[in-house]
Amino acid sequence: MRVIEIKDLYKIYNGSSVEVKAVNGINLSVEEGEFTAIVGPSGSGKTTFLNLLGGLDKPTSGQVIVDGTNIWDLKSRKLIDFRLRNIGFVFQAYNLIPVLTAKENVEFIMQLQGRSKQEREIRTKELLNEVGLGDRLDSRPAKLSGGQQQRVAVARALASKPKFILADEPTANLDSKSTETLLEIMEKLNKEEKITFIFSTHDARVVKKARRVITIEDGQVLSDEAR
Amino acid sequence: MLFSISWRNIWRNKLRSAVIITAITLGLVAGIFAAALFKGMGDQRVEKVIKTELSHIQIHQPEFRQANEISNYISEANHLADEIRKNPNVKGVSERILIFSMIASAETAAGVKISGIDPENEKLVSDLNSKLIEGNYFEEQRRYPVILGRKLAEKLNVKLGSKVIITLQDMENNITAGAYRIVGIYDTKNNLFDEANVFIRDRDLRNLINLPEDACHEIAILVDDNENVPLVQKSIRTDHNDLETMSWLELSPEMSYLNEAMDLMMYIFIVIILFALLFGILNTMLMVVLERVKEIGMLMAIGMNKLRIFMMIVLETVMLSLTGGVFGILFGSLITKYFETHKIDLTVWGEAYSDVGYDPYAHTTLHPDLLVNITLMVIITGILASLYPAYKALKNDPADALRTE
Repeated sequence: MRVIEIKDLYKIYNGSSVEVKAVNGINLSVEEGEFTAIVGPSGSGKTTFLNLLGGLDKPTSGQVIVDGTNIWDLKSRKLIDFRLRNIGFVFQAYNLIPVLTAKENVEFIMQLQGRSKQEREIRTKELLNEVGLGDRLDSRPAKLSGGQQQRVAVARALASKPKFILADEPTANLDSKSTETLLEIMEKLNKEEKITFIFSTHDARVVKKARRVITIEDGQVLSDEAR
Repeated sequence: MLFSISWRNIWRNKLRSAVIITAITLGLVAGIFAAALFKGMGDQRVEKVIKTELSHIQIHQPEFRQANEISNYISEANHLADEIRKNPNVKGVSERILIFSMIASAETAAGVKISGIDPENEKLVSDLNSKLIEGNYFEEQRRYPVILGRKLAEKLNVKLGSKVIITLQDMENNITAGAYRIVGIYDTKNNLFDEANVFIRDRDLRNLINLPEDACHEIAILVDDNENVPLVQKSIRTDHNDLETMSWLELSPEMSYLNEAMDLMMYIFIVIILFALLFGILNTMLMVVLERVKEIGMLMAIGMNKLRIFMMIVLETVMLSLTGGVFGILFGSLITKYFETHKIDLTVWGEAYSDVGYDPYAHTTLHPDLLVNITLMVIITGILASLYPAYKALKNDPADALRTE
């Protein structure tokens, strides 16, 4: 089943003298259950592409169709709600809410969705157990290692039951052991629960695990390789 | 969870929050203390007006207050006074004979109001007897005793035991005079009153002016509670509509204006303090929002809508302000409570307060409604201070915000 369809996507920044084509006419689609890596050198347009996909940055032209809806046809309020219900985010710098515990960080997104307290509590425990943090429910981010924080971020991204998860260089700040653990968890979730992952990365270990690798350079798809 | 996030956010930078909370606390302590002092002084002034000068209700012949003619007397006054004494809300009734006349010492003379009183009845209505600083309250059986104020005694250059001459017009419009011996000197701390009021026994004055027995010019009534004044006034008016029955507020409307002006002044004072604090709070919250650009961007990205972001900042600001507010109200109330019983000596400003009728030994009065209003004002201040920072937070673009370091 097709989860995302991208048609003629452009993002052009008009600087004072030069025009920068950060995303320059990308067309592709993503099927349910994919484990896709977006790779490319720095400044190739990976992060911009993920932002356009996640409804965070408005494209100059083109369409991002998720489940039959072009997300860029939605008004600002509807788009925020769409993100809340359909897209999970994992950021490079973890970006957890520092004043909330691991459990509360995961629960928070479900509360924004208006889910019942009972459902929230059960799912939060399940997810944190799944990412191996069942014993750190009440720890605040400052008390967790980078790898543990990123695992909480993955649990948070999954909490809203999204159609897909966008991860922008999720292992960039992690040591090799933490990277290994995180990748194992993401792979397991992908295989067992058919969670669609799309992540940008520089990391060869991450690329090795991906089952589809899209290489972007100068805002264009250079290669799209299924493994 | 929004409440929880907002509350915990306050304590992320403890020093910064403590500084602004301390500023709010000190501002409110100053505001509450000043407001309670204004209120206390106002209440003291009103109490003095009632207990020393006017009593709660006065009855006169309708024309008496305009012309002060001694012929405009209330006849059968004793009967009327006894009737009023039967009212369970009435604490005391005093019949007074009033004449504006001249009092002279060996050195000089002054225009005064002479009140002829029955000492025992007057005791139930006014606190003159407790204001004596020298002599006694008509206790010795001397002939023609007089009690006058300290300020008047100084003016006439007389002292206890000195003789003064009171010159007045009798019922037949003849000029008559009487020599009186000073048996008491009082000090109400209101120089205006003390300079202008002289008290002698009613029978002495009655004989001097040939006023009929059972007649007087004024019946002064003290009621058990200020709240019951309209009730008692109404019952007297109903039974004796030929007489003028006025409450202290009608007799001295400036007291009511003064009270209202005091209330207004104290609220203006608090508003000025809160207005200054508003900018401090606004500055703190702007710093908070600028520091958390990335975090706000992340919240927007994961699906927190603008209303919730806005509410998060408003809640944080209101809670921050209210924390200072609670401490301010607590410490302000404690300090004010202390000065309710421990009077503040304002005599360092000489007789300035006494000269305008205020007690120079002031106490504070704290009304619970002031605290409720201050709490509401702090919440409003918090909301106002939060609007611009909350607006700034909404202006964040999630993609840009997430890129910031």
